[in-house]
Amino acid sequence: MSRQVLDVSALPTIAYGPRATIWWGVLGLIAIEGTVLAIVGVAYLYLRQNFVAWPPEGTPLPALGAATADLAVLLASLVPMAAIDWLSRRERRRLVAIGLGVMVLFGLASLGLRALQFAAALGCRWDSHAYGSVVWTLLGMHAAHVLTSTFENALLMAVLLIGPVERKDFVDAHVNAFYWYFIVAIWVPTYALVYLAPRWL
Amino acid sequence: MPVRRVGAPTTGEAAREALDRAALARAWATPPGWLGWLTSANHKSVALRYIVTAFGFFALGGVLAALMRLQLAHPESRLIGPDLYNQIFTMHGSTMMFLFAVPVMEAMGIYLVPLMIGTRNVAFPRMNNFGYWIYLAGGLMLWTSFVLNIGPDTGWFAYVPLSGPAYAPGKRVDIWAQLITFTEVAALVAAVEIVVTTLKMRCPGMSLNRMPLLVWAMLITAFMVIFAMPAIMAASTMLAMDRLVDTHFFNPAEGGDALLWQHLFWFFGHPEVYIIFIPATGFVSMIVSTFARRQIFGYPAMVLALIATGFLGFSLWVHHMFATGLPMLGESFFTAASMMIAIPSGLQVFCWLATLRGGRVVVRAPLLFALGFIALFVLGGLTGVMLAAVPFDLQAHDTYFVVAHFHYVLIGGALFPLLGAILFWLPKMCGRLPNERLGRWSFWVLFVGFNVTFFPMHLLGLGGMPRRVYTYATDAGFATGNAAASVGAVILTAGVLLFAANIAWTLRRGAPAGDNPWGGETLEWATSSPPPIYNFAYLPTVDGQAPLWSPHERPVVTGLRTDVREILITDAIDATPDHRQRLDGASIWPLLTAMAGTAGIVTALFTPWGVTIGALLLLVTLTGWFWPRAGHDHAEQAP
Amino acid sequence: MRACVVAIRRLAPIVVVACAACSGRMPALDPSGPQAARIATWWWIAFWVSVVVLALVLAFLLHTLARRRIAAAPASATHDPRVERRLVIGVSAAVGLSAVTLLVLLVSSIATGRALHDFGGADPLTVQVTGRQWWWDVEYWDPVPSQRVRTANEIHIPVGRPVLVKTRSSDVIHSFWVPGLHGKKDNIPGHGSSLVLQADRAGTFAGRCAEFCGVQHAHMQLLVIAEPPEVFEAWLQGQRTSAKAPTEGPARRGFEVFMSGPCALCHTVLGTPAGGRTGPDLTHLASRRTLAAGTVPNTPGHLAGWIIDPQGVKPGAQMPANSFDADDLSALLAFLGGLS
Repeated sequence: MSRQVLDVSALPTIAYGPRATIWWGVLGLIAIEGTVLAIVGVAYLYLRQNFVAWPPEGTPLPALGAATADLAVLLASLVPMAAIDWLSRRERRRLVAIGLGVMVLFGLASLGLRALQFAAALGCRWDSHAYGSVVWTLLGMHAAHVLTSTFENALLMAVLLIGPVERKDFVDAHVNAFYWYFIVAIWVPTYALVYLAPRWL
Repeated sequence: MPVRRVGAPTTGEAAREALDRAALARAWATPPGWLGWLTSANHKSVALRYIVTAFGFFALGGVLAALMRLQLAHPESRLIGPDLYNQIFTMHGSTMMFLFAVPVMEAMGIYLVPLMIGTRNVAFPRMNNFGYWIYLAGGLMLWTSFVLNIGPDTGWFAYVPLSGPAYAPGKRVDIWAQLITFTEVAALVAAVEIVVTTLKMRCPGMSLNRMPLLVWAMLITAFMVIFAMPAIMAASTMLAMDRLVDTHFFNPAEGGDALLWQHLFWFFGHPEVYIIFIPATGFVSMIVSTFARRQIFGYPAMVLALIATGFLGFSLWVHHMFATGLPMLGESFFTAASMMIAIPSGLQVFCWLATLRGGRVVVRAPLLFALGFIALFVLGGLTGVMLAAVPFDLQAHDTYFVVAHFHYVLIGGALFPLLGAILFWLPKMCGRLPNERLGRWSFWVLFVGFNVTFFPMHLLGLGGMPRRVYTYATDAGFATGNAAASVGAVILTAGVLLFAANIAWTLRRGAPAGDNPWGGETLEWATSSPPPIYNFAYLPTVDGQAPLWSPHERPVVTGLRTDVREILITDAIDATPDHRQRLDGASIWPLLTAMAGTAGIVTALFTPWGVTIGALLLLVTLTGWFWPRAGHDHAEQAP
Repeated sequence: MRACVVAIRRLAPIVVVACAACSGRMPALDPSGPQAARIATWWWIAFWVSVVVLALVLAFLLHTLARRRIAAAPASATHDPRVERRLVIGVSAAVGLSAVTLLVLLVSSIATGRALHDFGGADPLTVQVTGRQWWWDVEYWDPVPSQRVRTANEIHIPVGRPVLVKTRSSDVIHSFWVPGLHGKKDNIPGHGSSLVLQADRAGTFAGRCAEFCGVQHAHMQLLVIAEPPEVFEAWLQGQRTSAKAPTEGPARRGFEVFMSGPCALCHTVLGTPAGGRTGPDLTHLASRRTLAAGTVPNTPGHLAGWIIDPQGVKPGAQMPANSFDADDLSALLAFLGGLS
């Protein structure tokens, strides 16, 4: 009695994109975080119906300067992130580390612009009224994503610089890029809802 | 993929296998003692402690229910005052829904899915461990608050403004809101595990249309968790912010809206009950097919029914809000959806009945629970159809009629299958057979006790008794029904004790079970009871839905390393082998991360700086988690 | 044998329902107005459909089990095609029947809902009911402000005339529910809603709060008293007349106690300077049948207990305890007893 076998020893040990489990894990995180932001966005639209004026009387339209700069910074950051994505598949340790350093700078720039938005552009506090509560929450949640992703980029940069480096670290850089694409993509509707929609609603 | 024929002699193969098993046992071992328990990356250990903890909360929640029945047994009883009673029913609902029902179903998935799909672990073993600790922390926080008499007291769905800062002073509702944070993180973690494991780690040949129905049920449930939990995450955070930092999401005076809470909560809350129910249907399918000695009738229809239920579950939520005065057209849509969902559920029931009809039924205790489920769930589903109609709902909403309905579908529709599943897979988990007579007795006592407790509640509701009342007047006409329900609760408790006695007996005196005591058809029965820590010496391959009932032998997978934790990753649709992956082993970082998160969340009860503190602590623990360990056995080093 | 036992256990609850329904202890099924009647009609349809469905499912299940062959045949993954075909037909028929049945229930429920919305065309009596922790603030609306009536926890309505009940809340969510006449409607702060009910016979209909609203949700009852139209008009006129401050006797002393104590801070008695609006309007307190939102009957003894020790009657209630000596208390009771 002999047993048939399926020999998998020739298979690779590293995979990128939807072939990799970590990519699916990050996709799950994207689904979750995207849904949360969408729900808060729906809450924004729901609360709109309780107000005659939007923003409410006494609150100015949110200023566009810092937020649009933020949008520009985030969109521009897609370039180095795409480069990291490309380089990580080729396991280019030093270049990926440099790229991650660039990403940390972009992240900090976005966070700085976000701080400006809270301080000045919104023209109200979170406890002014329901409008203030929901716009601070939308911007705050997105800022939290930028912050955690910037931290992850910094951490991975440290790992690549200090070592020891494993092949899976490049897969991690690749999925970090995936998550960053989501963060930039979700800023577009968030920006539109908070900064552009009140000019039309 | 080369399929090689290995040489003939059994002795050589057997010796080779023994060596491989020894190597696998070393590679996948958990450190011994306490450290091992805290750091385990073994999906079976984590799942079992999850299940045990969940049943511990079930017992606590049951004690609360017994207290309620004691208080309501007589009109105008002064046994329990209104403040304590309000904490009790809030704790009962919150414990049962957040600390028992969802966690136990997900935990059964964490245990069974890797075995059923022929792999060694879940996709992210350390995150799995983290999920358990964060769940435990939430449960401990909630129950500590109750013991300190600051338990939440505004109901398990905490409607505003009653739960807002103006009418619920103190920390009670903040504790409830943060319980949500803990349990929803744990639930989402488990859901991501199940989705990724199921999609990427199925053994070669197990295309989607060959997955066991329980695996389908768990997969769909996990997707529902991913899309439903965010709503309550957002809602509870908004409530916590309204209470702690004066936001105005739900404050009508500043443009907030009390109904916003209801929409957000029930957008989560309705899928939540299907998240509890759908895994139960998976249990029933496995039990019925095994004891009917044939595969479930209509596999494609069953899968479509599960998917339809999963989708439709998101379109029903407004039926919890019919009394709030919404536009009629909207109400009609939700009535239609709420009735339509009965069709896929009904289809499943008819398929189970057809399976029994076309099979050769052997009655054992697990099957009794599945049969009891059919009776009770059909009844509960019918009262659900009644409640879906707005006019009748306006009479029955927020009365004991609804309490009866949801206990029929939650206890009958989820707990009974779960108890049957426990009896069914207990031999696999512990290697011993449960006592058949005790099993049957516990079923009948539970079945009778359940009906005596909850059937009268339909009548109480129609008689005018609202929910959440700590007492009622002598002349209200509720005395008989309540007395009957309280008597039923005693019988129900006896049934629970009998069931627990069976578990205890099994663990100490149960007969050795062997690999496949019930003659099941899925892969978990193809390994020893209990399974070795690495599940299978060689991962299986399949070419049908019932691998253990197929007449011919199938090739096994070789070529995976046995000196490190290596698994096989396959294609998401048709499960062709794709690559080999190294999994992480035991680690203390998940526990430390859970502690960091707990510190942050509990501090956030008192000050918003808790978020900052938590974030800083998490920075540290997540760095530790992801930092490569020098000298530790890891994936290949990059040049 | 076991099948019979199970069958009896399943049928018994149905018999119980039938008996209980006949006994009239379920106001939702013993309707006294057109709205509740339409709802009850629909429910009886759904009920009998459910009985039939449940009976069929259970009968099929029991029959299948009863006729099972205890053959020790091994499980197989292949099936007899004739059996499969019969099962396909059976399951398809069952699903088809279910869909049709659900469609019937759906259409009939929407029709019932529409009928409920269509009531109230003819000149309704308008009553605004504001839910408050834990009592019902009732105001009879009238275009002439001086004709409006404010009372608490008791609503008189004329038989045969639609009543538009506007539901409001001044604090948390409550729910106005009088099962003998109609379904419920929530009182939601920040939102206004309404329902139209009507009594087709005279009688007293119990109502209660049906949304958990805090510590005394269990004691937030109300009474709807339907009277012949003339009797109702007389009552309404009586309610519109102000009280007269008593000029002599224990009632005079009681009035002074009322005005000098904390009472007037929360309560209104029209015709006197007392104009507090936090608590119920007491102008016609003596005409009401219950106190503390249906918690205790309106008798001097219970009223005394409510004034002196409200927490003993309804723990958590917003009424503060008051200490009066025996003479003051009996004078106060005399004054309040005259507010009819």
